[in-house]
Amino acid sequence: MTTTHDEHHHGPEKGLMRWIKTTNHKDIGSLYMWFAFTMLLIGGAFAMGIRAELLQPGLQLMEPQFFNQLTTMHGLIMVFGAIMPAFVGLGNWLIPMMVGAPDMALPRMNNWSFWILPFAGGILLSTFFMEGGAPAFGWTFYAPLSTTFAPDSTDFFIFAVHLLGFSSIMGAINIIATVLNMRAPEMKLMDMPLFVWTWLITSFLLIGAMPVLAGAVTMMLTDRNFGTAFFDATGGGDPVMFQHIFWFFGHPEVYIMILPAFGVVSHIIPTFARKPLFGYSSMVYATASIAFLSYIVWAHHMFLTGMPVAGELYFMYATMLIAVPTGVKVFNWVSTMWRGSMTFEAPMLWAISFVFLFTIGGFSGLMLGIAPADIQYHDTYFVVAHFHYVLVTGALWSIIAATFYWLPKWTGKMYNEKLAKVHFWWAVISVNVLFFPQHFLGLAGMPRRIPDYSLQFADFNFISSIGGFAFGASFILLTYIVIDCIRNGKPASARPWEGAKGLEWTLEPKAQYHSFNTPPSRKLIEAESQNS
Amino acid sequence: MEQKKITKKFWIKLVSAPILMFAFAYAMVPIYTVFCEITGFNGTTGRIDSEQQYAINENRKVEVSFFAMTMGGFPVQFGPKVNSMTIVPGKFYTASYIAKNNTDETIVGQAIPSVAPTDAALYFKKLECFCFNKQVFKPHEEVEMTLRFVVEPELDKRIKDISLSYNFFKLKK
Repeated sequence: MTTTHDEHHHGPEKGLMRWIKTTNHKDIGSLYMWFAFTMLLIGGAFAMGIRAELLQPGLQLMEPQFFNQLTTMHGLIMVFGAIMPAFVGLGNWLIPMMVGAPDMALPRMNNWSFWILPFAGGILLSTFFMEGGAPAFGWTFYAPLSTTFAPDSTDFFIFAVHLLGFSSIMGAINIIATVLNMRAPEMKLMDMPLFVWTWLITSFLLIGAMPVLAGAVTMMLTDRNFGTAFFDATGGGDPVMFQHIFWFFGHPEVYIMILPAFGVVSHIIPTFARKPLFGYSSMVYATASIAFLSYIVWAHHMFLTGMPVAGELYFMYATMLIAVPTGVKVFNWVSTMWRGSMTFEAPMLWAISFVFLFTIGGFSGLMLGIAPADIQYHDTYFVVAHFHYVLVTGALWSIIAATFYWLPKWTGKMYNEKLAKVHFWWAVISVNVLFFPQHFLGLAGMPRRIPDYSLQFADFNFISSIGGFAFGASFILLTYIVIDCIRNGKPASARPWEGAKGLEWTLEPKAQYHSFNTPPSRKLIEAESQNS
Repeated sequence: MEQKKITKKFWIKLVSAPILMFAFAYAMVPIYTVFCEITGFNGTTGRIDSEQQYAINENRKVEVSFFAMTMGGFPVQFGPKVNSMTIVPGKFYTASYIAKNNTDETIVGQAIPSVAPTDAALYFKKLECFCFNKQVFKPHEEVEMTLRFVVEPELDKRIKDISLSYNFFKLKK
């Protein structure tokens, strides 16, 4: 990654300062990806701890308090440290190339929004070493657990969330400005590739939702330290209101983590089916409707807080409605593959399994969205299984798919296809061994966030833990494949995938440090458009 | 064609959107309070200013049960005088709770009411209640605290039982 391209008048700086001072979207994209990958491994290590404790009933390895710290930090690190930065990284790398822009619109802010992250992540992780330990109230940090009954380290957690929010909002502003202002002048909105579309819509979700999260943690901060009573019933506040504010952020947040994934898959499937994407414009409108609906369904996370029946009905029906645009997207992906000349290289394997497994996660989401049924499922392992199917085999799957798909463009080299396929089958089998039994555990009534459980849950937990260890180990192979590609990969061609379309494939095999200094022509844009 | 410049107006829009949404998070606090009062959402009971006349159907009976809880080391014994009452919607009733401070200190507390089912909360109105103000309990004092309430006849006919619970919290000062 440190090689320079001499054919351009100015390449990157040498040494460490290159990465600290860089304003280049490709450098910052790489930084984001490596940061996210590091966080993924740390959050994954926490998950291994959780699964090790749950391997057998009874308390084996750790105190319940420490177990709670692990579940909390696993969730926070994976959501805010791994998935979100990985998508911002992909956006940084790809959006300027896809819209024919020389760089992001606000390159200095881009540098800042990345370099906040390691500090925020560091602050968050440092809470483990503080008196009272790390936050242990779950990643949803419901009041009053997170206000009245939380350890002192919670204030560091609040500060870290503020920083992460700042970083995300700046990243979102940057992407909006890039797409709307820096897009090649000849490129109309409906010429834009779907990854750009989904990221543009995600950016609007980010600037709408992240400030609400900032508001929620600020209220927590003043409740804890400055005598306000937003969530304190004695002062006229209400802990249930915390859940409303949190999920007003939290529900758009889950779409922030999945819409860019939809974009990635909408690139990979047409490429390996060698057919244009089916229903380009319906994909755009479906993404926009999902984004809109995500703002008006938040209370389906709160069916058990004591809502009037009318409220439960509204939130139930509104939630069901999301299945319609999501169904449109799944239909379009399947139709794209229909009678295509399909080949199954690693990115395609990941993309197809994304469609299949994400849909399973979507269906269990529908089950949870049914208010009367949710009384049974609420806060059980069924919920855990559901959101791991959408976040691991959904969001993370698309990130791995994108990494394999664009790795040749990032490095100019080809990864080891054989190893990548081994890795895929290893991961896809182990992830199902890991998460599928959790559906049954949940339906049988095993509550989430507990270090110990009754004996009848022992068998499925054992299977799940074995799957968990195997899935965790698969990331060692992934690390090897990526590093092996960077170091020893065979040179890739400029367009390594036969059916690939998009402006990024018109660049050199390893995208030059400064691309599209002159915007692409209308002819080129039309030739590379997904909407044709 | 040149790439577009980011205009000042566009900048202002981009930056003000997050600031507005941050403000919106705070605006949700009063919105939520008003919303709960109007809809009875979250079991919030209503207040009424005078003993007004309702159309009364003497044959209709509703059972009101009283519950008491204390939170977070509140050291006062607290419970209803009678566990339940059979009432006629539209008539005013008085119920009372007994509290006894067993400590040597003066305790200040606040009771927070909640009505279940939530669809009944909207029609459960209080004329006076010890929960309207904070309560002071002198050392070893036993007090009887009253509330005067009415269940409005608009209450859904299917609701035959209503639970009223109070949760006492200790105030810091």
